[in-house]
Amino acid sequence: MWAILTLLVENKPGILFKVTHLFRSRNFNIDSISVGVTDNPEYSRMTITTYGDEKQVEQIVKQLDKMIDTIEVKHLDEHKTVYRELSIFKIKLSNANDSMEVNKLANAYGGKIHDVRKDSIMVELTATPDQIRAFEELAKPFGIIEVARTGVAALQRSGA
Amino acid sequence: MNKMETMTGARALMVAMEKEGVKEVFGLPGGANLPMYDEFARCNIRHILVRHEQSAAHMADGFGRVSRKPGVCFATSGPGATNILTGIATAQADSSPMIAVTGQVPVAMIGKDAFQESDIIGMANPAVKYAFQPRSPDEIPMVVRKGFYIAETGRPGPVLIDIPKDVQQKEASMIFPDEFKIRGYHPWTDPDIAHVERAIEMLLGAERPIILAGGGTIISSAFAELQSIAELLMIPVVTTFKGKGAFPENHPLSLGPIGMHGHAEANKMMTEADCVLAIGTRFSDRSVGTFEAFEKRLKIIHMDVDPAEIGKNQTTSVAVVGDVRASLRIMVKMLMQKAIKRTEENTWIKHVKETKEYWKENLKLHPGEMGAAKILRKLREVLPHESIVTTEVGQHQMWASLFYDVIQPGTFFSSTGLGTMGWGFPAAIGAKVARPDVPVVDIAGDGSFSMTENSLATAVLEDIPVIVFLLNNFTLGMVAQWQRTFYNRRMIGVDQGKCPDYVKLAESYGAQGIRAQSMDELDKAIKTALTSDVATVIDIPIDPEEDVLPFVAPGTSLADMILPS
Repeated sequence: MWAILTLLVENKPGILFKVTHLFRSRNFNIDSISVGVTDNPEYSRMTITTYGDEKQVEQIVKQLDKMIDTIEVKHLDEHKTVYRELSIFKIKLSNANDSMEVNKLANAYGGKIHDVRKDSIMVELTATPDQIRAFEELAKPFGIIEVARTGVAALQRSGA
Repeated sequence: MNKMETMTGARALMVAMEKEGVKEVFGLPGGANLPMYDEFARCNIRHILVRHEQSAAHMADGFGRVSRKPGVCFATSGPGATNILTGIATAQADSSPMIAVTGQVPVAMIGKDAFQESDIIGMANPAVKYAFQPRSPDEIPMVVRKGFYIAETGRPGPVLIDIPKDVQQKEASMIFPDEFKIRGYHPWTDPDIAHVERAIEMLLGAERPIILAGGGTIISSAFAELQSIAELLMIPVVTTFKGKGAFPENHPLSLGPIGMHGHAEANKMMTEADCVLAIGTRFSDRSVGTFEAFEKRLKIIHMDVDPAEIGKNQTTSVAVVGDVRASLRIMVKMLMQKAIKRTEENTWIKHVKETKEYWKENLKLHPGEMGAAKILRKLREVLPHESIVTTEVGQHQMWASLFYDVIQPGTFFSSTGLGTMGWGFPAAIGAKVARPDVPVVDIAGDGSFSMTENSLATAVLEDIPVIVFLLNNFTLGMVAQWQRTFYNRRMIGVDQGKCPDYVKLAESYGAQGIRAQSMDELDKAIKTALTSDVATVIDIPIDPEEDVLPFVAPGTSLADMILPS
C-alpha cells in the first residue's frame, strides 16, 4: 500500500533528522519527503510517502505521533486529499519535430516549457506521482537527460 | 511569574534540579562539565563519584526504578558522553526515568572536531525519550523542568541534557517556571470505559483465561489492583521477566515468568490459555517466542500506557490505552459494582494448580550441594521480604528468575530489554541510595560483574553497603550454554580462568569478601553481609557445566520448551 502521511512538527533544527531516523530505526522506507514552514512560523509541515501494509503504516503513524516534536500526524486517504508533486524534466531533442512533439506532450499534462535549446528542452510538471510517471514513460523515447522531483505535498480536503 | 535572578547557566542547572527534588547525582567530572561540578560546592546535592561513566548511568537507572523519580548522572563531553550511552540505551529499553547531563564543547567549537567533542545529541537520538541542547543559559531552567516532566510521565525514559561549556559559564537573568506546555506531548490517555467493559466480558467468557503482567505493572505500581482482579476472577497470573514480582510469587495463583527461561508451569499454561489479559507489556520475543504461534491461539486484551505498543508485535482483540493502574482500577470497580466474584475452582484453575504442583515436584535440578536452585532458594530464605534485588545479565539472571521468588511486589529489577552486562552492581548502588533502609543485593555472575566491578570503589568510599551475590562459574556461562547446545560443545571465548580472585578483589577495594563453598558457609555469609556496614562480595563457586533449564530456543514457540533430561 502506498501511503501519504502529513505531519505538523515544531519548526526547530534537528526535527527532520529525528523523523528520518525513526523510519530507519523502525525498518521503514521513505518513498518521498517534502518539508516547508507553515503560515505559523513555529510549525513546519512534512509530507512523507511510504509503502507498507496497513499494520505497518498504522505502526509508523503511532511511532511518529509518539515523538514529542510532532504536533499532529495523519495518514491521508488519497481520495480525500489534494496531493501534488513538482518535477522538472530535461529532455533530449534529436530532430526538428521533437521540440513540437514534446510541447504537445507537456501541454497534454499541463506542463510548462522552459529553457528551449537546440538539443534539449526543459519541462516543469506539477501533478500526482502517477501522472508524472506516465509523462516520464511517454518522454522516454525522446531521451531523458535528467529529472528532479520534489516529493509530494498534500492537504486533506475540507469536510473530508 | 517567578522573579528573575541573575546567575550562571551551571548555577541555574543546580537550582533547577534542587527544585525538582534532586538529592544525589552520580557522575565523573571532566573539562567540559567543570563549571557544573564547581556548583556542588554551593548546593545541597550530594555528588557520588564513579570510576566509569557507564556505571553512573546504571546507578541513576537503579535509583530511578526504585524511587520512580528520575535518577541523575553527569558526564563530560566526548568519551564521557559516549560512555554513558550504553546506560542511556539500557534505561530506554526498560522505560526507566533518567536525566543524563553531559558537558559539551563551547557553542563556537561545535562542529569543528574540537578536543573531546562528540555529537552526543545525534548519537543518542534513538536511545532517549528526548534530548535538549540549550544554546543560551536562560533556557536552562525550562529545559530542566521539561526534562524531568518528560522523563517521569507516561511511559518513563531517559532524557539527555547536553550543555555547551560557555552556556554553563555565562550569566543570564533566570526565570524558574512553574507552568509550561509541551504541545506534542500527551503522556496520559484516559482509559476507555467501554473497552474495559469489553475486556471483562471477554475474560468472563473465556474458558482458560490467564493474566500476563509486564514491566508496566511494576512501573505504575498496580500491585493491589492486579491482585484484586486475579482473585475476584480467579485467573492464574504469569509475568514477563521484566514483570517478575508484579504479583507475589508465593500466591496460589502465581505461576511466575514465561519466556525463553520461564517457569515450566508458566510456559505450559500460557500455551494452553485461550484468552490473555496482557498488562504493560510489549510482547518481546524473549517473552512470547515466535509472535505468530502466540497470537494464533489467543484472544489478546492489551493494556498499555503507550499507544504505539498496541498492535506493534501482536494483533489485539481489545486494547485499553492509559496508565495500567488507572485501567485496572476501573476494572476492579466494575467487577465490584457487578458483584462478580468467583469462589468455585473451575476445571481450568484445578488444572493450573495441578500443573504447578507437578513441576514443583518434577523439575530436575542440579544434583550437587551448590546447584543454582539451592543457592538462590537459600538467598530467598535468609533475605527479608522487603529486600531489593537487582541482577546482572546471564545464567545467574535466569536462575534468579526461576528460583528466587519475589514475595513483596516491586522489589526485583534487571536489565531485561537491552540485556546490559555490568548493569546489576551499579544499579544496586543506585537502588541503595534510593532505599538505604532495606538490604540491596545484586545477584551476579562473574562475567557480568567483571564489567563494572570497579564500582566497588564507589560502594566503599561513598559508604553504600550493597551485597554482590556472585554465582561464579569462571565462565561466560550463558554463551557457554549456547555453545554446548547449538555449537556442538565448541567452547570459544568463554573461559574466564580463575581470574580474578573475587575475595581478594573485594578486599583490595576495602570491601568485604567472603567465599561460600557449602550451604552452611553460604547461610553464614548472607547473614554476615546483611549485618555488615560495608559492601560485601559473596563469591560462590559453582559448576561451570550447569545449564539454565527449561529453555525455549530462539525463534521457536513456548510450546517447544527444552526441559532438563
